[in-house]
Amino acid sequence: MTATPADDAATRDLLAGLDPADGHLTALRARFAAAALDAGAVDVAYRTLDSPVGRLLVCATDVGVLRVAFELEGHDTVLDRLAATVSPRVVEVPSRLDAAARELDEYFRGERRSFDLPLDRRLSKGFQRTVLEHLPDIGYGSTASYAAVALASGSPRAVRAVGTACATNPLPVVVPCHRVVRSDGTAGNYRGGMAAKQTLIDLEARA
Amino acid sequence: MEPFERVVARHGRTVWRVCRAVLDEHDADDAWSETFVAALVAYASLPPSTNLEAWLVTVAHRKAIDVLRARERHPRPVETVPEPPPAPPHDEAIARTDELDAALRGLPPGQRRAVVYHHLVGLSHREVAEVTGISADAARRASADGIAALRRLLRGPTVRPPAVLPSAAAPPAAASPAAGRGRGATRTSTPTPTPTSEPKGVR
Repeated sequence: MTATPADDAATRDLLAGLDPADGHLTALRARFAAAALDAGAVDVAYRTLDSPVGRLLVCATDVGVLRVAFELEGHDTVLDRLAATVSPRVVEVPSRLDAAARELDEYFRGERRSFDLPLDRRLSKGFQRTVLEHLPDIGYGSTASYAAVALASGSPRAVRAVGTACATNPLPVVVPCHRVVRSDGTAGNYRGGMAAKQTLIDLEARA
Repeated sequence: MEPFERVVARHGRTVWRVCRAVLDEHDADDAWSETFVAALVAYASLPPSTNLEAWLVTVAHRKAIDVLRARERHPRPVETVPEPPPAPPHDEAIARTDELDAALRGLPPGQRRAVVYHHLVGLSHREVAEVTGISADAARRASADGIAALRRLLRGPTVRPPAVLPSAAAPPAAASPAAGRGRGATRTSTPTPTPTSEPKGVR
């Protein structure tokens, strides 16, 4: 008894009832995410949320918020890099990022001026880390030049390095690199694009 | 290695099929979730050359067997009740799933796994053999025997022609009112009138 292609098709048809119903896999994935978190097996949890600067990807470790990424960066690309550099145990667990999502929402509504979130700063090192740790000193609604930040970071001549540090900030919005602008007053480079940077500056000026 | 979430998205359906080959829907949910949690725990230390799908099938098979054994030790109350008669099919897809479920439950477990792993999951007979711990020849035979038995159980080699459905539905519809009256008559406590006494009562 040999199986013909028609037999194979008939067999597949016969067994089609074993496939999950629509939406069932989505429910299973949510259940798996909760179980994985309980098991302590999630190294990087993530979720996405809508904002005035487009859809944001927010990622966290046990330490704290690790990465905020704009759509422009490609969320899949960002997750790929985290899998390669931090851990491949990357799982979408929205509940793990409820606090971060709530604070970001409040910020974008103009109701929050600073973030109280624990941060995981392992993605920035050396001089970049020094620069980024100084940024919250620039008050909500105000801006500083790259040169002024270089001075505040203890390396007055490292203006270009400050530019690079801000342009590659792993925690944009939460760590306010958008408040560092060019000496001529224009916005300057930004991971989310210059328009997004201007949107944040305007949002803070209005609130 | 890619983010594990993408592994779940890509292989979720396959893992579901493996779980369903061994378990009913409710238990398959448990096994599916446990499979991916176990896979996530081990994921970071997998050798890069690992065939993820084959590995997940193996994990899913083991988890499903674990759930099955746990269930045999502690059966859910519902499973001790005899099978209720099938509900009227509102939806052909659901009816077909129920029918297939019943037919698959009628297969010996080894045949059921061989059929689903080979035909639905897409494993070769050799891979089926590796996952389930039998020889490749035995896996081939179990798959062929399983398909033949499944077709017998489902009364036909392919999907039933549509013409069968109305004619099959008609007799029960005509018969059910009579059956309803019969049940109603036996439930009343008054002695059932015999055919000879009934004409007397009318007169």
